[in-house]
Amino acid sequence: MTFIAKPKVAHPSLPKNALGFTRRDYEGSLSTLCAGCGHDSITAAIVEASWGLDLQPQNMVKLSGIGCSSKTTAYFVSGGHGFNSVHGRMPSIAMGANAANRDLTYIGVSGDGDTLSIGLGQFCHAIRRNLNMLYIIENNGVYGLTKGQFSASADVGTKAKKGETNQQPPIDPVLLAMTLGASFVARSFSGDKEQLVPLIQAGLRHRGFALIDVLSPCVTFNDHEGSTKSYAYTREHYEPAVHADFVPLQREITASYKQGESIPVVMHDGSRIVLRKLDASYDPTDRVNAAAHIQARLKEGEYLTGLLHIEASQNEFHEVNATPDAPLNSLPFEALSPGSKGLEKILARYR
Amino acid sequence: MEPTDTSHPDYYHRVVDCQWACPAHTDVPEYIRLIAQGRFTDAYMVNRHSNVFPGILGRVCDRPCEPACRRGRIEQKPVAICRLKRVAADHRDDVTERLPRIPARKNGKRIACIGAGCASLTVANDLMPLGYEVTIFEQFGEPGGLMRTNIPSFRLPHTVLNEEIAMITDMGVDLKLNTPVKSMRGLLTTGGFDAVFVGSGAPKGKELKLPGRAEASANVHIGISWLESVAFGHVDKIGRRVLIIGVGNTAMDCCRTSLRLGAASVKVMARKPRAFFKASAWELDDAEEESVQIVINRSPKAFVLENGRLSGMLFEVMEYEMDASGRITGERVAGEEFLPADDVILAIGQENAFPWVERDLGIEFDKWDVPVVDKGTFQSTRPGVFFGGDAAFGPKNIIWAVEHGHQAAISIHRHCQGEPVTERLPPGVNLQSRKMGMHEWSYSNDYTPVERRLMPHVSLKERFKNLNIEVELGFTAEQVEQEVQRCLNCDMQTVFTAKLCIECDACIDICPVDCLTITHNGDEPDLRQRLKAPARNLAQPLYVSAGLPQTGRVMVKDEDLCVHCGLCAERCPTAAWDMQKSTLLWPHAADEPPLKTQQAKTA
Repeated sequence: MTFIAKPKVAHPSLPKNALGFTRRDYEGSLSTLCAGCGHDSITAAIVEASWGLDLQPQNMVKLSGIGCSSKTTAYFVSGGHGFNSVHGRMPSIAMGANAANRDLTYIGVSGDGDTLSIGLGQFCHAIRRNLNMLYIIENNGVYGLTKGQFSASADVGTKAKKGETNQQPPIDPVLLAMTLGASFVARSFSGDKEQLVPLIQAGLRHRGFALIDVLSPCVTFNDHEGSTKSYAYTREHYEPAVHADFVPLQREITASYKQGESIPVVMHDGSRIVLRKLDASYDPTDRVNAAAHIQARLKEGEYLTGLLHIEASQNEFHEVNATPDAPLNSLPFEALSPGSKGLEKILARYR
Repeated sequence: MEPTDTSHPDYYHRVVDCQWACPAHTDVPEYIRLIAQGRFTDAYMVNRHSNVFPGILGRVCDRPCEPACRRGRIEQKPVAICRLKRVAADHRDDVTERLPRIPARKNGKRIACIGAGCASLTVANDLMPLGYEVTIFEQFGEPGGLMRTNIPSFRLPHTVLNEEIAMITDMGVDLKLNTPVKSMRGLLTTGGFDAVFVGSGAPKGKELKLPGRAEASANVHIGISWLESVAFGHVDKIGRRVLIIGVGNTAMDCCRTSLRLGAASVKVMARKPRAFFKASAWELDDAEEESVQIVINRSPKAFVLENGRLSGMLFEVMEYEMDASGRITGERVAGEEFLPADDVILAIGQENAFPWVERDLGIEFDKWDVPVVDKGTFQSTRPGVFFGGDAAFGPKNIIWAVEHGHQAAISIHRHCQGEPVTERLPPGVNLQSRKMGMHEWSYSNDYTPVERRLMPHVSLKERFKNLNIEVELGFTAEQVEQEVQRCLNCDMQTVFTAKLCIECDACIDICPVDCLTITHNGDEPDLRQRLKAPARNLAQPLYVSAGLPQTGRVMVKDEDLCVHCGLCAERCPTAAWDMQKSTLLWPHAADEPPLKTQQAKTA
């Protein structure tokens, strides 16, 4: 953290987006995380991505649970809605909010503890329902807020700051999400914004559940030698497999892509992601192939990163459940309330 | 790019834009912080060390620091550096005890200074503490040179001028008033001086040779001579309608002085459009506030007489063609205009003149009849004879003259020591960490978004009653409190240690003005385009680190818009960034080793 808030002064040539906002307009309050925390970089990436997508801050919903990661929703888009929920229960809140208002943009920020320990069940069911939200895991392998115990994502053999070695196998959120049928699965690194920002943009535009597992070193409890989630170790062992270039609706694809190495994916709103395969044998649209690759590389201690799996055509929660097209708050009272006679009819169906 | 060599004294000096732009390299951020702490006397002494005349310069300096000020690039208006200097001078205590001690035993070397202006006084200021005997020859009855004769007292009160001159003359300078030097040969052959410094200024106003000039001479005045006559009380009135020819700072002083001597209508006549005016913007503002009319595109053609007396002037109305960049590409005369006038003042420039320097003394003059002076040592082609101030390179301003004086004093000292004047001490920079705790710095690092304070003036009703009423009132305590916070502390340098960096991006995310980037190295034009915010100001250098340990990329900092808030260093988990105060060591004569042979002066 810092002792003073980031001053409002900005570079005079700071560009504005279609809404007339600069990147600075998407910032939040002063971060109280440790200086050098990976989470702050992810916050900066969310700021950049939201600005780039011309999102209306008041149409954004920020949800989180408990933990260092879950504090970060206060640090971006102070003009958005926020809900800091019970530990591990963020998906329930997201579910409820999304059911009531499908028109808002939902960003959930969670950690490896909040998601893979106490909140694992909630996480799995949010994926099953294909809830339309971006779910970011700020994954550092330790419980930072309680002084650095191993979390459920700690690798076998990784050393804690005091020297003990982890023996329990980790839960990999990416593989878990893929077995649960997730439609958008990505992995990235807080120290690589060139990869992370377009991933967040694609995830926000994806209709359905978009998971980004972001390796985010804990600079205080997990950045030492022997740690497998330090800045240095992550840099040595992360392997970009599929780079996703996000192309907004109104823009032409200008970059030149080699045939066979790039896959354009059209998103639901017409915007596109161009997947650039850095590993020719990898196919992000084939769940079985992708999962096998990720697993094989993990065994060798390498993290494949990028947009690892995408299926743009899956139905999301509202489509599956045939809910009304508009947010509940826009429906007339008569449509929302069946009245006492209507209620009796409904109840009669269950008698 | 190669890693930036920050050990070169120029690197961090340049980051302090105001200090870099100041000819005397005044430590501006340091004295502004001292003012913020209410330490006015300390602030005054920091100033005096570099610029010798803080009270004078705090009112009338040409302030090259302000156009350079970084704050001006962030939000248009620079810090009011000059007027803060005046705050230090106005509120200081007695500084007698803090002035340099003058040795009772002299070193036996005698120096002559010609003209008691700012350049000569600076030479005396620097050499008296070293034991020199300095004699200043002054043609007028009072010292001060152009500071006294050309700057009206409503801008620079005599009390301020007298006090700061006295600080130097009271060091024991042999001040010979009413003693114009008539012959350099005489001074050199019979004066018995070890060195001569010529600081006689640029006292000759330029003439405008047009029809009617000679006939109208009773009512046509040369600007600087006229101001001089006003300063010494020889002139105390002027006609009702006055035309000023020329639009430099002297013209501004002439028009405003005219208003105080009885003129009712004053017009300043400019040949070209406003963008080409030589006067400083603030001097134009001050004149226009007093209802002086500035007329553009009028080229003087003739003085018009009626019954043998000046009745006005004839002007050609000019039209200019300009290109996209604002340069004049063509001009034509569109007509003529007559403007009635009782008096005309010519303020079209001034030059130095040396009718009293014989041309066979080994002091070489160039084809414009200007002495050949070395730009670093200020020595003429005759060893032991030095020039400084306007006398050296033509009219500049006080702060340049002061720096000339400092440099000439070093040369004189080395000359008297028998050392080559060209071998001088190099400048240096000291860096000291300002870290106090986890995220604490020993300077106020938060950015204060207040706008520049406006200088309060004496009301237009009051100010014309007397020539000596100082128009500017000085900042109020509340204004000072706010204005000092506008300084960005550019001397609190962001110092980077590449080998400590873990590339966590914390500094890049927190920088409010996007001046940091970690990227792959490249050549400068390429790098300047690839930064988080493109670095378009080519006058501001890029800092490029050595390769970073984890990826081999480089940390690049565009110094242009850094607000020195220290957040990069506060956010840095490994202290790879640190905030360090840079102190420029700019050598003066006192820093030179003492004379080898200290010989006592025998009576």
